[in-house]
Parts: sequence; structure tokens; C-alpha cells
Amino acid sequence: MQNLQITASSPDPALLDLPWSIPLIEWPDEVLAALPRGISRHIVRFVRLSGRVIAIKEIGESVAYREFELLRQLRKLDVPSVVPVGVITGRTDANGERLEAVLITEHLQFSLPYRALYSQSLRPDTATRLIDALAVLLVRLHLTGFYWGDVSLSNTLFRRDAETFSAYLVDAETGDLHRTLTPGQRNYDVDLARTNIIGELMDLSAGELLDEEVDEVAIGDRLVERYDELWNALTDAESFVDAERWRVAARIERLNELGFDVGELEITTDIDGTSVRIQPKVVDAGHHSRRLLRLTGLDVQENQARRLLNDLDSFRAAAERQNDDEEFVAHDWLSSVFEATIQAVPRNLRRKLEPAQLFHEILDHRWYISEQAGRDVPLPDATASYVENVLRNRPDEKSLLGLAPGEKDPDEDQ
Amino acid sequence: MATVTYDHATRLYPGTERPAVDQLNLHIEDGEFLVLVGPSGCGKSTSLRMLAGLEDVNGGAIYIGDRDVTDVQPKDRDIAMVFQNYALYPHMSVADNMGFALKIAGTPKQEIRKRVEEAAEILDLTEYLDRKPKALSGGQRQRVAMGRAIVRQPQVFLMDEPLSNLDAKLRVQTRTQIASLQRRLGVTTVYVTHDQTEALTMGDRIAVLKDGLLQQVGTPRDMYDTPANVFVAGFIGSPAMNLATFEITDGHARVGQADVKLDPEVIAKLTPEDKNHVVLGFRPEALDQTDEGAPGAFPVEVNIVEELGSDAFVYGTLTGPAASEAIVSSGAGAGQIIVRVNPRSVPGKGATIWVKIREGQQHVFSSATGERLS
Repeated sequence: MQNLQITASSPDPALLDLPWSIPLIEWPDEVLAALPRGISRHIVRFVRLSGRVIAIKEIGESVAYREFELLRQLRKLDVPSVVPVGVITGRTDANGERLEAVLITEHLQFSLPYRALYSQSLRPDTATRLIDALAVLLVRLHLTGFYWGDVSLSNTLFRRDAETFSAYLVDAETGDLHRTLTPGQRNYDVDLARTNIIGELMDLSAGELLDEEVDEVAIGDRLVERYDELWNALTDAESFVDAERWRVAARIERLNELGFDVGELEITTDIDGTSVRIQPKVVDAGHHSRRLLRLTGLDVQENQARRLLNDLDSFRAAAERQNDDEEFVAHDWLSSVFEATIQAVPRNLRRKLEPAQLFHEILDHRWYISEQAGRDVPLPDATASYVENVLRNRPDEKSLLGLAPGEKDPDEDQ
Repeated sequence: MATVTYDHATRLYPGTERPAVDQLNLHIEDGEFLVLVGPSGCGKSTSLRMLAGLEDVNGGAIYIGDRDVTDVQPKDRDIAMVFQNYALYPHMSVADNMGFALKIAGTPKQEIRKRVEEAAEILDLTEYLDRKPKALSGGQRQRVAMGRAIVRQPQVFLMDEPLSNLDAKLRVQTRTQIASLQRRLGVTTVYVTHDQTEALTMGDRIAVLKDGLLQQVGTPRDMYDTPANVFVAGFIGSPAMNLATFEITDGHARVGQADVKLDPEVIAKLTPEDKNHVVLGFRPEALDQTDEGAPGAFPVEVNIVEELGSDAFVYGTLTGPAASEAIVSSGAGAGQIIVRVNPRSVPGKGATIWVKIREGQQHVFSSATGERLS
């Protein structure tokens, strides 16, 4: 008889119905949502449970509790990461043999593993866009004092975010939260990320899943460049003469442009007051998504928010309502533009993408067909065209766990 | 290959008063396997990360060989964190899995192949080099991960609780493999664990830390036979050493009904702070069963008996007059005494057995400072 211990923030009774007395590797297909495809040092399986998908990882007991706690802390710090569901210990098999503890996390809806994204069937610049997303995630983690210890594409999930991606931390097993990170810790993380990314791309290449043109080392190097660029933009001190005070506002604007808000800015002047030195102390990611949330209640990702805010601005200009209260205009835009557009998409196709991503792609499509037609195509017409010509042919991304197109499951018959 | 030296190395986290690692002085010989061990929060991982360049050194210095690496970036220290990354790439051959970091570094192909083949030879992986990882067993996959570090030919291997996320069976297997592999390679290795058994079985020498302070460094035998203080005495050994505080009368420590004679030299080391008390340590295996009333014998009431086949241990309570005054502790908790008994004649629960400490196998510590006196 098993004596299961479940530690969870809000335990789902359906968890008890899963076959805990069987080693994860032997779980029957009918329980599994799909076969997992990430490269992991542990056995990981995906399971459908009460209308959602959960990821189950077999791992040592103390490590499981530790990672569960870390993931909870990362959620509190608002870092993009998977949601921890719980830890189960005390598993035994039919013969009373002890089985490994498991850590359960919620599978991120609409998230995409890199192996499904990097392949010939996708645009060649996908590689660089994923790397950019990972660089942003790494900077955000480092700003909060999180040392990852094993940065890789496999330990990250990606969500479409307008024309780019945003990255989510999936595996915190080797991580640690500190008050602040030392340069050594940051450099080590970045260097390891570079090595792991290049290794992962070389693996795809060995499996003939990567365009031959792709230069693995150059992509790895790009992460280092992007990381350094962003880190410096966010943390560097700059000095200027007192007469150039506008540079304070300019710096804040530049950080907003990068998608960050300045929570605290240190300003020091020298004794005679001729020169000023500023250095951001606290920066928070999500400048645009917070603004959109405040105006419309829509909770979307950063670049999607930027796109939606741009559309809101043009709506405001077109309606000549620049003098109206922004909240009122936003309310009208939400119901007459955003929601109307989403609802014009047939229900069965709507679930293929997140609403904000759907809206972004419709705007893109409108731009494209307007250019072809040489005139402004109205949004409802563009929506209809998008549904017929694009969306119908798109894969369902709500829970895409699959392999890269054409990839054989490397773990098969193991 | 190189030595490693911590010279008064100190790590003070911003906003804290007590250093996480306080003035660590430690010299590790070329080719030595040194284990840093201690309870959580003792500073062992911090010490390792200072050597790796992941933690700042706020005072003192760290040397690899003659080179001061205190302010050198991690990747320029010529060290390898083993097992930091042991997810294997499914489409790459075992050889490529081992050598890809060298490829990134621009090492010539022939050189990579040579180093990979040498590592495979040591790791018993030669016949698998051109296969895919899916053909490997769990233990072999572990060895490929070690191979990744080996082919880089670093000066020092660092391992931070590498076995903690393995299941119990693989843990024991990998433990033996790492230890024998390290001896064959002869690369200086610093290994962190919280598990004293792991430390005793793997290390050439062990450094025990507590609260950021180095308690003792020595061979497993040193640590076992002559622990420098009460903490090390209680930490090293399984089951743990029995420790009890006793008053001294006429050169004897009074233990229950019997006297244990103490060496006059030991008594001479007592200070007024000791208030005429010592802490007496005796391992479960240093106790012999004897007759009631034999010189130095004292009674223990049996609470439970743990039978392990080759061994049996009595978990009991010290009884008799004055027993309640002794502050006793052991691995089994406060008030408990552990005695190894002959597994072929095990006493019953509730029985009273008489035991005495075998000649020369008692450890005497200062009751004030906890330092070793004998």
C-alpha cells in the first residue's frame, strides 16, 4: 500500500487517480497527453488532468522540494516561469519498492519547445528571435538575483509574442536565489548558456533538423552579445554635465522603449553641482503590458501589448479623440475593435492561438493585403481573409508538445 | 594539474554580519581528492563556488597552483564543474556528446578525437563512441557526462553535490565510479557533500565546516580516530558517536554507577571555565558488553535493537544513580546511547546490559569549548 505525501498549493483530487505505483517511464499511453520531447536528464511526462496539461518529472526528493519552493518564489517575483503544482513523495510499486519522488508543474498553454520551432519549415530568423527572447529572460532573472546554473534552450519554453517570442524558465533544478549576483555568477550563466545553445543546435544539425546555412556558434555568440547589450542598457551608470538634465528623461524613455520601467534611479551630483551621474537601481520588465492591463484589463505579453497599444493609439487618432480621457477611448477600442475582431474568428479556429497573438497576426495580415491591394483594407475584411488564407492552415498551438516536423522520437524503443 | 590554496579566504554576503566563509585556510595537494562536508549552511558550497569564481572573495585569496585566481573570471580559471550539464544530445554520437565543447573552442578535429578516445578508454566507453546515447544504460550516461569534463583537461574538477539528484542505486554506483576514476586520472578534485558517509568513502582528505568555519581537515581515519572537537566527533561516523557530559571526581569521570579513569595529562588541560566537567565521547563500536560490577562498567537499558545482519545496535538509556545528571546525546537523539552488540546474541527489549569503554577508545573534550583534550 502506498503512503503518498502530496505537497501542493491547491491540490487537485484528480491527481490521486494517476498511476503513481508505476515508474514514470512505464506509464501507459492512454494517461499521457503526448510524448515529451525536451532533452532532460530526468524522465518527464505530460499528462492531461482536469482540462489542463501537467508536466511530471521524476527527481530526488530533496531536490524536488527545493525546486518547487524556488519556482514558487520566482512566481512571486513575477519572473516568467512555469507554475509549480506540487511534489509527491512516498511512491512505491506493487512489490513495495520505493519509487522516485515527482515534481509537478503546469504546462504553459500556447508554449512551444525550441525543437518544434527550429526547423527548415520555419523562417530562418527564428533562431535569432529565440535567442533574443532567452537573453531577455536571462537578464530579467539576473536582475532579480536568480542564478540559473543550467541555462539552455531545453530548459526554456517559448510563447509567441507579436513578431518575437517571450521565454519562460522551465527547469530551476540547479538555480539559486541571491540578494544580488556577482559578475562571476552572471558570466558563468551566460557562458554556459552559450555552450549549451551551441550544443543543442549541433544536435539538431546532427539529426538533419536544422537548415545547413545556420551557424551554430554564431547563434551562441549572439546570446552573449544581446545579453551584454541589454544588461548594460539597464544597469550602466552615465555621467553628464548639469546642463544636460534632459538626459535623465531620455534614459527613462530608452528603458521604456526596451520594455522596462524604472522603479528606482540613483542620481548623484558632484560637490559643485556641475556634473550629474545616474544609474538605474530597480528596473521592472513589462512596461507596455502593465500599461495595457491598466487601460483595458487585457493581460498579454510585452510585444503583443506594444502592438495593441499602437493600434489603440491609431484608433484614438482616427476617431480624433486625442483630448478624451485615455481610459474611455481604451474601453471603446476594446469592445469595438479588439473583441469584435476576435469574435469574428470562428470559434473552432479561435483556440489555435492566444487572442492577443491572433489580433497581432490579423493586423500583420491587413498590412500585407493592403499593400497588395494598394488601398486600406478594413479590419473585418482583413479578418475574414486571414481566417481563410492563414489561420485554417496553422497548427493548433494550445498544447503543442510535438517533435520538430520530420523528427523521429530519439527516446523511442528505449 | 595543480594545487589549490585558500588563503584566509572570506565571503561576506552584503547585508549580513557573519561571513558565510570565514578566513578559510586550506591547502589541497596536486591530484588530491578533497571533500568539503558539513550540515546545510556551513559554507561548503560557498567555498567551492569561491574557487569556481561564482562567489566574490571579500578577504584573503585563492590560488590554483601559483596563480592568484581571486579576481579571475570563471571561464578563465581552467577548472571544470563536473555534472553541471549532463543532458545528452540524442542525435549526436557518444563521441560528439563528449567532445562538442572542444569543437566550440576551435580545437582541431584530430586532437578532439584523440582526447575523446583517451577519456572513453578510462571510462570504459570505447565500444560506444560511435553509437547514440539511447543505446546507453543510466550509469554509462553518467560516465559520458564525466567524459565531457575530462576531455577539457582542466587543472581542477569541482563537484557540488553531484549525486543528490540520482536515485539511491545509481548514487552508490556513481560514488564508487567517481572515486576510482579520480584516482586513475589524478586530477585535483574538490567535492562538496552534506553526507558524511560519502565524504568518508570518497575523500583522500575531508574538510569539515560549520557556520563558515573550518573545524578540521584530515584523512577519513584522522577524522574518525581523533576528531578535533565535539562537533566533528558527532558529525563523522555512522551511527554517530555517543557524547556525554560528566563531572570529574578524583581524576575519574563518573558514569552512572562506575568510574572511567581519565589520563592525568587530560585533566591538567582543564580550565576554570570547564567547571570540573568534561564531555566524554565513545563510539558504539568502542563499547564491550561485560558483567555487572566489572571495573568501569555501566548499565544501559535496551529500548530497541536494530539488526543489520553483520551488525546489531542497541539503542538504550543510561540507567543507575547519577545517570540522570549526565547530558547524553548520540545520533539517535538526546538521552540515547548506541551500543554495537554481537549480532548472534542480541539482548531483548527492556533488558539491562552492562558495557564498558574499550581501553584507549574514549575521546575527551572540554565541556567549555568543545575542543579535544585527549
